[in-house]
Amino acid sequence: MAIDWAHFTPVSALAGGALIGLAAALLILGIGRVMGAAGVVGGALEVRAADAPWRWALIGGLVLSPLVARALWSVAAPVFAAHWLTLIVSGLLVGFGARLGSGCTSGHGVCGLARLSPRSFAATGIFMATAFATVFVVRHVVG
Amino acid sequence: MKRNVFALAVGLIFGLGLCLSGMCEPAKVTGFLDLAGLWDPSLAFVMGGAIVVALPAFWLARRRSAAWVDGAIELPTKRAIDAPLIVGAGVFGIGWGLGGVCPAPGVVDLGFLSPGAAIFVVSMAVGMRVYRTAAGRRLPGLRLLAQDA
Repeated sequence: MAIDWAHFTPVSALAGGALIGLAAALLILGIGRVMGAAGVVGGALEVRAADAPWRWALIGGLVLSPLVARALWSVAAPVFAAHWLTLIVSGLLVGFGARLGSGCTSGHGVCGLARLSPRSFAATGIFMATAFATVFVVRHVVG
Repeated sequence: MKRNVFALAVGLIFGLGLCLSGMCEPAKVTGFLDLAGLWDPSLAFVMGGAIVVALPAFWLARRRSAAWVDGAIELPTKRAIDAPLIVGAGVFGIGWGLGGVCPAPGVVDLGFLSPGAAIFVVSMAVGMRVYRTAAGRRLPGLRLLAQDA
């Protein structure tokens, strides 16, 4: 294993992580909900969801955040290098898998681990393992 | 109303954290997931930082029933590590590895007016609807009620 020191950004990663943790802390203590992005988006898409409005408000905050970020520091726009077909397959698997597995990177990986949930430890271990394996296959077996 | 304004502010903080952390950059994510290549361990610090801050809040949340701003505190109650959890997490990880994007960063990247993010988020929403339809028909292995973790 070789470390990519040129791209290693532990300070901004830690600070960004702390903000994500702060948002999760505010949501659970402020309005009593777990900050899982897949649950927030999935719930917002439910036709009869009684509590869809706060979910759409949170999604609005996420979409507006790059505007605020750009006003505060220099943020580069993301580069989606993957082929559009790959992005479609990736999105379908992420959406389906996160709902079937009751959570995603934020729901299981941040909130679930922070509340010491055995289900979330299992889910996080599994999705990290399949993600590592997928990148290995794409980059070093097929690629 | 108070509830929605609060959720909007939480979304902004969440999104700012994601922008700062590097999670919104697909290449940064795949650089973290590529253990066999040049490995960028930065994103492990994102998870670490987030958990350290969120841990005391969830500890407190377990000991309270009413939320500060509005409503009751609702924590997941499921305990079993069952087949839907295992299969779902496995499928999710494959999708995450393929694109380098997970749900929240995908939504944030919409704000950069990125066409790739739009393709990803629409596909993700379709994947969620497919799950809901399949679960509604009680296909084997799927749960009717997904619990938000």
